[in-house]
Amino acid sequence: MSSLTKATAALDVQKIRQDFPILRRTVQGKPLVYLDNAATTQKPQPVLDTLARYYAQENANIHRGVYFLSEEVTRAVSTARRKVQAFLNARVDREIVFTRNSTESINLVAQSYGRQHLGPGDEILITHMEHHSNIVPWQLLCEQTKSRLRVAPIDDCGELRLDEFEKLLGPQTKFVSVVHLSNSLGTVNPVADIVRLAHARDIPVLIDGSQAVYHMPVDVQAMGCDFYVCTGHKLYGPTGIGVLYGREALLDAMPPYQGGGDMIRSVTFDRTTYADLPYKFEAGTPHIAGIIGLGAAVDYITGVGLGEIAAHEKDLLAYGTEALSEVPGLRLIGTAHRKASILSFVIEGAHPHDIGTIVDAEGVAIRTGHHCTQPVMDRFGVPATARASIAMYNTREEIDVLVRALTRVREMFPA
Amino acid sequence: MTELRDLYQEVILDHNKAPRNFRELDGADRRADGDNPLCGDRLTVFVKLDGNTITEASFVGSGCAISKASASLMTDAVKGKSVPAARRLFEQFHEMVTDHSVSADSETLGKLVVFEGVRDYPARVKCASLAWHTLYAAIDSSHEIVTTE
Repeated sequence: MSSLTKATAALDVQKIRQDFPILRRTVQGKPLVYLDNAATTQKPQPVLDTLARYYAQENANIHRGVYFLSEEVTRAVSTARRKVQAFLNARVDREIVFTRNSTESINLVAQSYGRQHLGPGDEILITHMEHHSNIVPWQLLCEQTKSRLRVAPIDDCGELRLDEFEKLLGPQTKFVSVVHLSNSLGTVNPVADIVRLAHARDIPVLIDGSQAVYHMPVDVQAMGCDFYVCTGHKLYGPTGIGVLYGREALLDAMPPYQGGGDMIRSVTFDRTTYADLPYKFEAGTPHIAGIIGLGAAVDYITGVGLGEIAAHEKDLLAYGTEALSEVPGLRLIGTAHRKASILSFVIEGAHPHDIGTIVDAEGVAIRTGHHCTQPVMDRFGVPATARASIAMYNTREEIDVLVRALTRVREMFPA
Repeated sequence: MTELRDLYQEVILDHNKAPRNFRELDGADRRADGDNPLCGDRLTVFVKLDGNTITEASFVGSGCAISKASASLMTDAVKGKSVPAARRLFEQFHEMVTDHSVSADSETLGKLVVFEGVRDYPARVKCASLAWHTLYAAIDSSHEIVTTE
């Protein structure tokens, strides 16, 4: 804890803000207050420079040429892979597969692992707080394999009922897939406990870390999960680049997800043999700029320090929770004991959409809607919520701007 | 604030707070559900027809101020109109909320001109149009009322 206390003082938010050019712009004549980080984070200058330099100076395809540029960029991609490996503390870089986004990573596991291992009557266990991207791929798999999707309930605070979760782990359960940090509630799930309970029954576990990785240090080996997925654009990196971590033994035994160039060892019309990990799962020319850009983003986050970031955001979350609670008629949706970065709320008499438009007039960007978690909205009996989500560059002053904007909402929509 | 007031005019705030024709319609000939999946707005529109004339229209559901006020004002506006006339009204309404080059014609649009400000908020056009699309889904549905539950 003492290191965290020290860390709070160490994070220089004003200096960090200077690294993000977009934070200098105005919208609607007001300084931008960007509080939609759970949708996507802004990009720091080193990431932007890396992307520009790649296209201006380094562009070539990887694994193809014997010429200088191709070898240079092939090395850059390998380096970025090792950065991601270190970032998640994977055992070896072969366990890091690049995809388009978290969604594709989950679909890859569902289709490759799932179709190989699941059959009629088998069950996949998820939770009630999953993003649609951790629901629909499993529903597709269920249709294909005649297996069944089971859902562990959450309580009124938005916490997983771990006792109910355990009860749902049965002889038919063949896979568990759970979100690390809920994008609409902010709940941080007890992922190590989830893995322990599932592994006690030899059930593999996928953790969806899309929201978690930029708020807290993640160690996939300590967590013990079999698969972990995340996406670059929430990690202050480019869009279109995602990550699948998988334990080598599992990835090795899985069939390819897509066929094409780069994922083969040799091809004849009679027989094709596949490349080694991770290339077996990376058919076609990858998003090279995205991979290198993600590497730069990981460097940036590591440079600031996830411990420091977590401490700063914890302070903002506590400050924001208190400030929002004082807005008349406001109800927070998601009040889990272990929570990070997300302030989801409704205001009596004002629809989230109207809230979003009114605070936008003050330069404040928040998300309104169901946040791709319709079952969560149904669970809490609301059609939608307004959601402010924080990142390392946000400040208490920005929370104040949001709260002032919300008083405008009250003026226009008196309870 | 003045710009926001162009969107949230008093009439809209009033119809949001106290929507007209906000009920299920006994003896309705048609109904349809409409939703904006991205916003979570859900409306059901009920219509009574006498031949080609809309004799009554009502709605239930939940949504933002724009979608609710739009449904409220729409159900008032189409009452007594022939189906083609109501369709022309929607065409003009849609033009008003999407096209900056046309100024709203209060003679034909009546109270609906309060939605003129929507065109400065492209993301809200679908809120203003939801009720209208649902109305035509109801009118165009060949079958009588069905319960989806």
